[in-house]
Amino acid sequence: MESTLAAVRRVAVARNATHVDRIVVRIGVLSGVDPEALRFAFEACSPGTLAEGAEFDIESVPAVAHCPTCDRDFPAGRGYICSCPGCGNLSGDIRSGRELELRCIEFTHTPATS
Amino acid sequence: MNPESTPVTTAPEGYRINPLSGAAVSAARGLAGPLSAEISAALSASPKGEVSVRSGDLNLPLLEKNDILAERNRGYFLGRGLVALNLVSSPGAGKTTLLEHTLDGFGRQTKCAVLVGDLETDNDGRRLHRPHAPVAQITTGTVCHLDAGMIARAAESINLDGVKILFIENVGNLVCPASFDLGEQVRVVLLSTTEGEDKPLKYPPIFKSAHLVLLTKVDVSDALGFNRALAVENIRRIAPQARLIQLSARSGEGMAEWYDFLRSLAPKS
Repeated sequence: MESTLAAVRRVAVARNATHVDRIVVRIGVLSGVDPEALRFAFEACSPGTLAEGAEFDIESVPAVAHCPTCDRDFPAGRGYICSCPGCGNLSGDIRSGRELELRCIEFTHTPATS
Repeated sequence: MNPESTPVTTAPEGYRINPLSGAAVSAARGLAGPLSAEISAALSASPKGEVSVRSGDLNLPLLEKNDILAERNRGYFLGRGLVALNLVSSPGAGKTTLLEHTLDGFGRQTKCAVLVGDLETDNDGRRLHRPHAPVAQITTGTVCHLDAGMIARAAESINLDGVKILFIENVGNLVCPASFDLGEQVRVVLLSTTEGEDKPLKYPPIFKSAHLVLLTKVDVSDALGFNRALAVENIRRIAPQARLIQLSARSGEGMAEWYDFLRSLAPKS
């Protein structure tokens, strides 16, 4: 969460934001991050920062594995045993689901008065 | 190098590093300095005058400190021309015994070094202590895994000149080490025949992250009633990406295959 708020701050400051209104993060189901714990951490850590009171949205990214035999991607569920629905072969080639990203922010910009 | 006389350094975080053999003679290239701005992309556009703005899609990786340090270690190892292996398993699966035999066999032809982690004692570092192999013990205190910062400091504490293979013997634990990239090129997960055949099913993340799975202590598997075929099937289901070698450091079975694997990794110079 500290690294999330640090990234939000870097992005916001570079754009001269005066307040961050909304934060969207992408969390892969295999990233090891529990969305509820992340939300709780945001509530706990954001007061006093530019992002205080911001809406905190979590986009869940499903696990996708790739079958080398059929050359196609398939949903990998929780990602532990990835069996291709086409040929039944097991695949260890996880193509997505480990994401831990700041997707975007929405912010308020107040022009400096001169 | 006498293990009694080497300096023990205590990091601010509380873990200790004790170079037991082959200590660095002069300060190695620093790895612990301040990080540069690691993410400076996507910071250029500066909308002016609007009141409410939505940034474009940034998709900025939220790199935790450990991951940044791990990438740094990876580059450092690459630059030094060595391959780092992270050995993880439950306590007692045979990591240290395997490394003792590996240093005595393979390690005589190809220079190896070891960083070994435990909560307390230098026992493993002393067991691995060899004149021809730099070894540093990391005692983590209460921490249940090694992290990339510990590895950076421990790697600086020993002389890595000429080393082709760096073994990192992690703290015995099948849970937390899965989440901590140390900057290794190869992750090796050990499962011994004294454990249950279903361990890969019970602790999937660490097996999922393996490049190589070693089924150890196969010399005693019959005496233990260990079902090797079932264990292999479970490993294959959870870790189809991983290579599997069955071996016994004590009997020597499978060690040639393990050495061949190491030889295939060692950079030619």
